[in-house]
Parts: sequence; structure tokens; C-alpha cells
Amino acid sequence: MAKKRVVTTTLNGNQTEFLCEPRQTLLEVLRDNLDLTGTKEGCSNGNCGACTVILNGRPVDSCLVLAVEAEGATLRTIEGVATAAGLDPIQKAFLEGAALQCGICTPGFIMQSEWFLSQNPKPTEDEIRFNLAGNLCRCTGYDKIVRSVQDAATTWQDHYMKNCHEKGCH
Amino acid sequence: MRDFEYEAPITLAAAIELAGKHNSSARMLAGGTDLIDQVRVGRLAPDMLIDVKKIAELNVLEHSSFGLRLGAAVPCYQVYGHCGIVSDYAALADSCRIIGGVQIQSRASVGGNLCNSGPAADSIPSLIALEAVALIAGPKGRREVAVEDFCTGPGKNVLAAGELLVELKFPARVANSGSHYRRFIPRNEMDIAVVGVGASVVLNDAKDKFVSARISLGAVAPTPLFAKAAGDGLAGQPVNDDSIAKAAAAAKVIAKPITDMRGTAEFRMHITGVLVERALKAAVARAKGEHVDCKVGH
Repeated sequence: MAKKRVVTTTLNGNQTEFLCEPRQTLLEVLRDNLDLTGTKEGCSNGNCGACTVILNGRPVDSCLVLAVEAEGATLRTIEGVATAAGLDPIQKAFLEGAALQCGICTPGFIMQSEWFLSQNPKPTEDEIRFNLAGNLCRCTGYDKIVRSVQDAATTWQDHYMKNCHEKGCH
Repeated sequence: MRDFEYEAPITLAAAIELAGKHNSSARMLAGGTDLIDQVRVGRLAPDMLIDVKKIAELNVLEHSSFGLRLGAAVPCYQVYGHCGIVSDYAALADSCRIIGGVQIQSRASVGGNLCNSGPAADSIPSLIALEAVALIAGPKGRREVAVEDFCTGPGKNVLAAGELLVELKFPARVANSGSHYRRFIPRNEMDIAVVGVGASVVLNDAKDKFVSARISLGAVAPTPLFAKAAGDGLAGQPVNDDSIAKAAAAAKVIAKPITDMRGTAEFRMHITGVLVERALKAAVARAKGEHVDCKVGH
């Protein structure tokens, strides 16, 4: 068996080390080694987006990343979205808009939407749908999800614009 | 998933040496969006994955008056986020915007798409239309292969054991040129091309005649095809529906589609003609100066 590797990351703001085999995906390590089970496994082949996490500032399907590739990386998972002050605006919008039923796809949608709004605080409906093309939901029919992202963008525009200025997007 | 070793060399020489040691049981890992899934389902059984993303040569992204150099590991989002590529090599940006969703585009590279050598790969028709040349390095040194000669069958290509793709080199674009890639899929996004067509045209200064054209087809044969005769036939022809329809008819001659879950051979043949016309018209519009929106970082 291939030797296990020590991988050092910054995970949700904390320096985190883990031991993994080269064949383990980032998704497996998050869930099975680190007990961060908020990130869900859907298709495991990059179609459904349930396992979306933010790796070095970009959304990725964690089922298609080897955990060893995360050496030195900054990672953000659904566990890092809410703060001590409460839920993130996008989480509130999903709750208020009933943008979920079974909930398996929700962490992926939240990660992808939150990242997207940080890049594009005033999106059109078309841009939202294009951005979420890599996330599948088998319950809601998508409309409530899209409306919730629109609501988050309108209700919390100051929040996203401020975020945007701080992160230097446009 | 199958057990394998992993290394992430930082020099090309080290990667070639590693590949040589493991011979055909090593695979190069760039974005991993095809490779990791293929290992997981058992289609590939490598003993060593060589992560090439830390090698400087494979991360080159250089656009100058000499042309474009695109490192084999550069992910799609950097391609369509590069305003020089969006304006001058628009077909390539078109391809990169529709390969998978945003999450896939964060990782998947054009070089990986080429090396995976799928018949329906969305970037390969654009590479062919834009005259890309693959720079390959291996234990015997370097060599160059035109992209239209790179794929040899579904999932197969000219790379020998121990060789890897370093970068794609594109000639400089000339005045009055434009390019486009489009595909047919039954969904709006996130699907595999039923047919894909790349086109690149150069017009005269009056923009009423073709100086030259290159047309390429995806998903209608075991490899992406360069429809050379169809493109060459446009040289000197007026820019109108008639000449474009003739080019589409000529391109269909080389298509050898199969019937599968995504479409029948007959349907694919029909769509090939339709898409060649549309891709040419869009390339012409760009050659005439139609603006292509570039949003950095999207």
C-alpha cells in the first residue's frame, strides 16, 4: 500500500494537518478523517456538485480532488460559512425561501452561491443559473434556489459589495 | 479507489524521469476531472499519478505578437478569464466556458482535455481551428505535433510511454480574423457534445471575401476531425450564405458519426451541417469586429 502522507492545510481559517493515502479524495478525507460531514457525497464523478468546497479561492468538486493535492492549500467548507454571529446571508435566504427539501444538495449550493455572490454581487437570473449548472437538486425544481440567491443578492447587497471590495473583485 | 503512489515534481526533467521509471503504469494528473473518475471506476489502473501542476512550463500563459502559449495544466477558468484569449482566440474561450460547470472549470485544463482524447472533447475542435501545435517532452527530447494529428482513437493519442504534453502553441492571429466553437446538447449546460464544431476565418480588408478558413468537427468520428478541404474551399469565396452552405456540405463528407445514446448517425450528420454554418457565421461576425465580452475572473 502506498505510504500515507501528512498534508497541511488552512481549513476554515484553522491550520489543519491530516494523514491520508494518495488514493483518498478530498471529499473522503473531509468526511471520514476529519468528521466534517457537512460536505455531501452525491455522484462522486463531478456531475452533481454536492461536494463543492472552496479550494484556494475557487469552487471545486472535492470528489475530483486528491487530498494530497491540498498540501499548502486554503480550504473552506460548509462548516466555515456560519459565524458565531449567526448564519450567513445566503443560508438565511435559503431557509426563508424554502430552497431545500431533502437537503443533501444544499451545502454544495450554498458554497457555490456564496462564492458566486462574492464575485458577482449583482447577478442576473441567467448568470445565477449558469453559475449553478454544476449543482444538481432532485427535489426543488431549482426555482426556489434561484430566487433565494436573487433574494440574498438584493437583501444583502451591502454585505456582498463590502465583501467584494475587500476581496478585490469587481 | 485503487491504490497508487503520488508525486508532484517541480521540474519537467523530474516528471519525465518519474514517468520513465513507471513506464505505462504512470499517468499525468492535471485537473483530474477525467482521470480521478476513470481511476475510481476502474477504466484506468495506474500505479503512479504524477501531479504536473507544480511544473512552471506547464503553467505558462503567454499572449504576445508571436502568438499564444498555453501550458498543459492551465485550468479553463484562466483561459476564459484572459481578455487577450477572449478577443483573439475566441473559439478557445467558447470551449472553456462550456466544459462542465464552474467547479469543473476551476480544475480542468485544455491540455488534459486533449490528452484524454475523447472524440467529443469540447476544446479540441477549437485547438484545430486555431492551428494549435502540441509541444511534447519525453526521455528522447522534445517534439511538436499538430493538434489535428494528436488523437489516434477514442482515449488514444500519439504520446509514447514517458512522454507528456508541455504546452499548446498557437500562431499569432492576423487582422480580420475571427473564431467560434459551438456544440449541440439537449440540455443547456453540463453535457457531452452530440456534435461540436470549431471554425476560424480570415477575411479580406473589405470583409466581403474569405482569405482562409479552418473547420473542425467533434463527436462525429473516433477522433476530432480537421475538415481541411471544406475550409480550403472557402479561400477567395465571397462571404455569403451560399459559400457557407457549400463549406458545410463539404465538411459533412468527412463526418463518420455513429448512433449511440446521444443521437443517431443520421441526426448527427444533419446537425454537423447546421453547426458548421452557424460556427462559420459567428466566426465571420467576430472577424468583422463583433465584440466578445470579457469578464475577468468569470
